Amino acid sequence: MTGQIDATAGDVVVLVGTTKGLFALTAGPDRARWAQAGPWFRGEEIYAAALDTRHARNRLLVGATSSHWGPSVYRSDDLGATWVEPEPETLGFPDHTGAAVAHVWQLQPAGEGQPDVVYAGVEPAALFRSDDGGVSFRLDETLWNHEHRRQWQPGGGGLCLHTVIPDPDGGPRLGVAISAAGFYRTLDGTTWEAANAGIRAPFLPEPTPEFGQCVHKVDRHPSEPDTLFLQHHWGVYRSDDFGGQWREIGADDLPSTFGFPVVADPNHPGTAYVLPLTSDEFRCTPDARLRVYRTTDGGDTWQALEQGLPQENAWLTVLRDGFAADAFDPAGLYVGTRTGDVFASPDAGASWRELARHLPPVLCVKTAVLR
Amino acid sequence: MRQDGGASLKVVVRLASALRPHAGGAPAVDLDLPPPVTVGAVIDALAAAHPAVGRRLRDEAGAMRRHVNVFVGADNARDLDDLRTVVPEGADVAVLPAVSGG
Repeated sequence: MTGQIDATAGDVVVLVGTTKGLFALTAGPDRARWAQAGPWFRGEEIYAAALDTRHARNRLLVGATSSHWGPSVYRSDDLGATWVEPEPETLGFPDHTGAAVAHVWQLQPAGEGQPDVVYAGVEPAALFRSDDGGVSFRLDETLWNHEHRRQWQPGGGGLCLHTVIPDPDGGPRLGVAISAAGFYRTLDGTTWEAANAGIRAPFLPEPTPEFGQCVHKVDRHPSEPDTLFLQHHWGVYRSDDFGGQWREIGADDLPSTFGFPVVADPNHPGTAYVLPLTSDEFRCTPDARLRVYRTTDGGDTWQALEQGLPQENAWLTVLRDGFAADAFDPAGLYVGTRTGDVFASPDAGASWRELARHLPPVLCVKTAVLR
Repeated sequence: MRQDGGASLKVVVRLASALRPHAGGAPAVDLDLPPPVTVGAVIDALAAAHPAVGRRLRDEAGAMRRHVNVFVGADNARDLDDLRTVVPEGADVAVLPAVSGG
């Protein structure tokens, strides 16, 4: 493994996980001039990546899957110059489960209040927790033993736990999203419950079942942790009580309520972004135009953001983790497509530029500002 | 592989290039195993000596990864008796990636 991210404190790093390895794009705080590094883990699928800047340390965490040699989690404390894969295996199911990790779908550092905690979501759907910064993990047995689990159905990407919503203040509250089981939450850190009230599931006999929803992504603003934005297979939703009740938003303004990612603006509560695709049957950008949609009023109204994005013959698909926001104000936005393009906006979506093209299909985009 | 005083057999396992960094860079690993030697016993011993190689061959539930092949001589163990395939004295064992993937 060779190569290193050439960046210093205050620079923004955008990690781009693809079907053939990990790339990194870096720029200064003005986000004007970009450099590209990588690929690392050549030939491997990168479903999960994170830049953990807690502990005054820049730690890269990567979930990589080789089609031959299986999945693993790697970490680097020197921006990619060297990678460590600890022994024994860092992330695996206990013997009594009889299960095996197929993919690591998410590596999510917890909030600043829990600087050693990192969560991992995997396929088959399960949650792992690390209390040593991603060196070792253990299975959340309570969620694994949930009575609903045997009825969870795999979505198109497999039965995966793809989203983890930690409490920003370090409390025990935690949310996860599973395709296709829905949103689950624990309020006390030990007891899990399905939290999908109000989310329609047209593909199931009951219109609003307790669980079984195909939740594609969930995000929230750190200063309003009760408020969640959710992109479902059919519809965009908002909850103001951490999943206790959901209401549909966007049906009037969005060209389609089908899509994969949803991103909450890191600075402005009530502001969120989605990237609609035409429909369940035709998962490409509507009208062959790449448009990000933004709400600034909690989802009541949405505006198209398209300046600098391709508006002709752009038959693009963006997956659930292919969209991320940095912590600057205005936020930088980053979109990676299944056709290997990366687009960026330095001004919360007002204008966009292409950062990379002809990369392998993009599976995930993650960003952080270096310590 | 050779007989070793009748008590054990020496097995030489040749590794695919992608596995070598996880075995200290060696192109092959020498193992001493009690007879009769099976492919499963070879994989067990290889995993014990080099855990990072072992988890690339089998998942944590013990199943061989779908796109990994173990050859005993010219024969794929999957076409013989899989992990129960007996490794005869003098046979070469090789661990190779299947010609598959995207």
